[in-house]
Amino acid sequence: MLDKTAENGEFKVIGTRPERPDGVDKVTGRARFGADMVMPGMLIGKVLRSPHAHANIKSIDTSAAEALEGVKAVITAADFTADVPEAEYDTMVNCIAHGKALYDGHGVAAVAATSRSIANKALKLIKVEYEVLPHVTDVEEACKDDAPLLHDNIFTEGLEETPTTPSNISGRVQFGHGDVDEGFAAADKVVERKFRTEATHQGYIEPHACVGNLSPDGTGELWCCTQGHFMVRNSCAAILGLDISRLRVTASEIGGGFGGKTTIFIEPLALALSRKAGRPVKLVMSRDEVFRATGPTSSASMWIKIGAKNDGTITAMEGLLKYQGGAFKGSWVSLGCMTAFACYRADHMKTVGYDVLVNRPRAAAYRAPGAPMAAFAVESVVTELAGELGRDPLEFRLQNAAKEGDQSSYGPKHRAHGLMETLEQAKAHDHYNAPLGPNQGRGVACGFWFNFGGQTSTSLNIGADGTVNVSVGTVDVGGSRASMCLMVAEELGVPYEKVRCVVADTSSLGHNDITDGSRTTFSSGMALILSARDAKQKLCARAAKIWEIPEDAVEWVDGHARPAGPNAGEFDPMSLAEVAGKAETTGGPIAGHHECNARGAGVSFATHMVDTEVDPETGRVTVLRYTVFQDAGKAIHPAYVEGQFQGGAVQGIGWAINEEYIYGEDGRLQNAGFLDYRIPVASDLPMIDTVIIETPNKGHPYGVRGVGETSIVPPMAAIANSVSAAAGVRLTELPMSPPRVLKAMDDAKA
Amino acid sequence: MRFEAPTTVEDAVSLLAAESGMARVLAGGTDLLVQMKSGISEPDLVVDIKRIAALHEISEEDGGFRIGAAVPGIALGEHAGVKAAWPGVVEGTELIGSTQVQGRATMVGNLCNCSPAADSVPAMAAAGAIARVVGPNGSRDVPVEDIAQGPGKSTLAKGELVDSVLLPARPDHASDAYLRFIPRTEMDIAVVGCGVNLVLDANGTCTDARVALGAVAARIFLVPAAADALIGTSVDDAALDAVAAACSAAATPIDDKRGTVEFRKKVSGVLARRAATIARDRAKGTA
Repeated sequence: MLDKTAENGEFKVIGTRPERPDGVDKVTGRARFGADMVMPGMLIGKVLRSPHAHANIKSIDTSAAEALEGVKAVITAADFTADVPEAEYDTMVNCIAHGKALYDGHGVAAVAATSRSIANKALKLIKVEYEVLPHVTDVEEACKDDAPLLHDNIFTEGLEETPTTPSNISGRVQFGHGDVDEGFAAADKVVERKFRTEATHQGYIEPHACVGNLSPDGTGELWCCTQGHFMVRNSCAAILGLDISRLRVTASEIGGGFGGKTTIFIEPLALALSRKAGRPVKLVMSRDEVFRATGPTSSASMWIKIGAKNDGTITAMEGLLKYQGGAFKGSWVSLGCMTAFACYRADHMKTVGYDVLVNRPRAAAYRAPGAPMAAFAVESVVTELAGELGRDPLEFRLQNAAKEGDQSSYGPKHRAHGLMETLEQAKAHDHYNAPLGPNQGRGVACGFWFNFGGQTSTSLNIGADGTVNVSVGTVDVGGSRASMCLMVAEELGVPYEKVRCVVADTSSLGHNDITDGSRTTFSSGMALILSARDAKQKLCARAAKIWEIPEDAVEWVDGHARPAGPNAGEFDPMSLAEVAGKAETTGGPIAGHHECNARGAGVSFATHMVDTEVDPETGRVTVLRYTVFQDAGKAIHPAYVEGQFQGGAVQGIGWAINEEYIYGEDGRLQNAGFLDYRIPVASDLPMIDTVIIETPNKGHPYGVRGVGETSIVPPMAAIANSVSAAAGVRLTELPMSPPRVLKAMDDAKA
Repeated sequence: MRFEAPTTVEDAVSLLAAESGMARVLAGGTDLLVQMKSGISEPDLVVDIKRIAALHEISEEDGGFRIGAAVPGIALGEHAGVKAAWPGVVEGTELIGSTQVQGRATMVGNLCNCSPAADSVPAMAAAGAIARVVGPNGSRDVPVEDIAQGPGKSTLAKGELVDSVLLPARPDHASDAYLRFIPRTEMDIAVVGCGVNLVLDANGTCTDARVALGAVAARIFLVPAAADALIGTSVDDAALDAVAAACSAAATPIDDKRGTVEFRKKVSGVLARRAATIARDRAKGTA
């Protein structure tokens, strides 16, 4: 598919850095986010949440709340009577508990009232009778035979024999090739270690918010902050028993998602409240609710073993990963298993994963879900093994890096990619040879992510003045509208400023999958390029009509229709505006469309390098210098590619050093706020330097690879390697918070 | 909820004394408004003291400085006299919140919020600062370390408020310092805080000292053993080791989301040593 490259000098606007179309609105406050919508007669909704980690709900008495002046509707699980398909059932039960509260913060009931204060009073009037049950929040504890059981209808899947007793382990998966025993027998050096990581939250600044308006005739509209409004429509329609065509969902501007807004939490509640009250209902989560009830990532317990010959050849790689996904199935452990060894070539690889249920909120996707914690463990062992063999950690990785044609850890053979280039550029960078001071260390690590294509539908309309409107169905989380405009401008041969992009609602385009899997610039970009080519064909046909020559005698060059050759006739080229200006008399509006299930998403690899300093008396880690080397395929808008590289690194720094979910003995979350859930602040960070590597993806017309997720895969490992070097002791648990680092140093001295 | 903004301390006291429900004093509001928004505090009466002109003043008194209850951190940080005499108190206050928060947050509000982790209080306690408490029965002077009874709970009686804090006069060769431990670089809450105030003679021998710890007990408290370890020494390594040991021993923290007992006891000593070093160097004029 690749047909335009930088090498042949074809790009005119791709690779430039124009202002983003949503920039002015965002800096002036005009941009409308989830909580900015107001509808006439709108009520305020609030959700009552379980204070218990695990409890049977014996009864819910809503009568006193309903009797309160100003309360217009109260809902519980009993209000959800639709025959919900299995695929959406857990999502519904996660939004509102059905008979059992499964974690601290689990929604139990919701109210809609004429004011926030009345809604808050009404919540206090709802009487819930709980039977508190023993709970479990630790992934290893949950695997034990005598652990409190979350669901009596979950039996471990993926075993040779289906078990007869229910379990908190919902499934076992296995990936790999060869025979690891044979591989380890051939090794001269073997390193194996256990690792733990704590759950972290995506930490988006904008809490979940929506306004639902559902009419008695079963038609409705929903305004919400999400990464995928088509997903919201389909899920809500299923849960509420609506035709999907009757629910129109509009995505607001989004204040961050990072995967955490790829599912629903409050939207069906707002719609159910609206249906009951007959008025629009706004629901906005507090930060406390965001932490307690929306998707953090998994916590993990892992074991990794890698063997190599004295000459540095890796002979075998084996791993056991246990991820908890909260109170429901689906922890992304299989993606952890698939990605764990993806950067390497070895004849013998095996990963086994367990998907574990605990009394915590249902895990949601978080940027390359499942991969960063596995990379933390694997890349720590790779560096340690390199050290045991007396090898430079980058050299060791270069020797064993997966290349085109190699059997991958997750199934297919590798296609062309930029891993070697990231390692070579890292090795040659002045960062790698810069001197280090006392108590300082340097770490490197590699990371991989698949990237995704998926269902995509786009539309392009040409105005009478030759300006262009494009509609996509993929939410713009990281500046993608600017990239869309650049690709259309490139294809049509018009200035960037003449193209405007909107994220259209669910009634205006065919189905679009969520903005996830780093897919938007790849797949919506591909669909728009093909939409533009569709429009160009029509533009040529209109010019042919005006010139009264055959359609195939017209070509589109540099933003103009022109005769394709000397035999076509002598006509002055017509600009886009000239052809568009005559559209009314040549057949009406000119548009282009494309629908596809985009395939060919190219994988992306990265190498990260970081210097840290450890305070030997307090264990406090300071990040001194950080450089990201990542393959972008083709950087459409380099500033936003760099932004993705930097953002992934920064979130990884948070995950590595201070971020963690802390549960008390009572199973309640202890730090549901940004004071004690410590994401990095600006002054914690050095400038994150970036090196964009461009190894074109042959599956995209311009060579684009997704870049949004790979950047969070290597940071924890790179920082662990750096901190371990600085502290003089191997750190195997995240976060590497000061108490943990100090204790590790003290224990190593003792 | 009622909101009142009196223009005299007497009126503020009368309003507070007359309220039958819960009454709260509003200065900068950087604690109170957050508590109200999150539902932790639902007062029936809020008395804003920012319209009381006298409470905005920093005035010289008996060679020291009286800081009004409505003086925000940013004003304190711009006061050359206070900064020169009490750099530790000023740096403690300036650690509260962001630059925007500094425009509102007050040192006295930080004191009256009664958090064991309050950043301005260990340095004030080490300084020997005296709070002036005004109430229906007149005014009384209270050492700042006696204002808090426990987390979020003060020793003030109904109708009382702190209208100012007095930082005493300074002899020559005297200075102070405050350090806190946080995992990040700013916008965080102290895991351990330590204020050290000391006076040297012309030969560099310590003649007076006070050391206070924060965030390692239910209240901010003085560590007399640490002060004794400094007095009579040149604040050399041996003295600093003794200060560290005294502070580690005096800390009685709990295990919580912000740190372990072991970690906080150890870091209490580390910070005490570092803060004492800074205070010594400032007193000598070598900092």
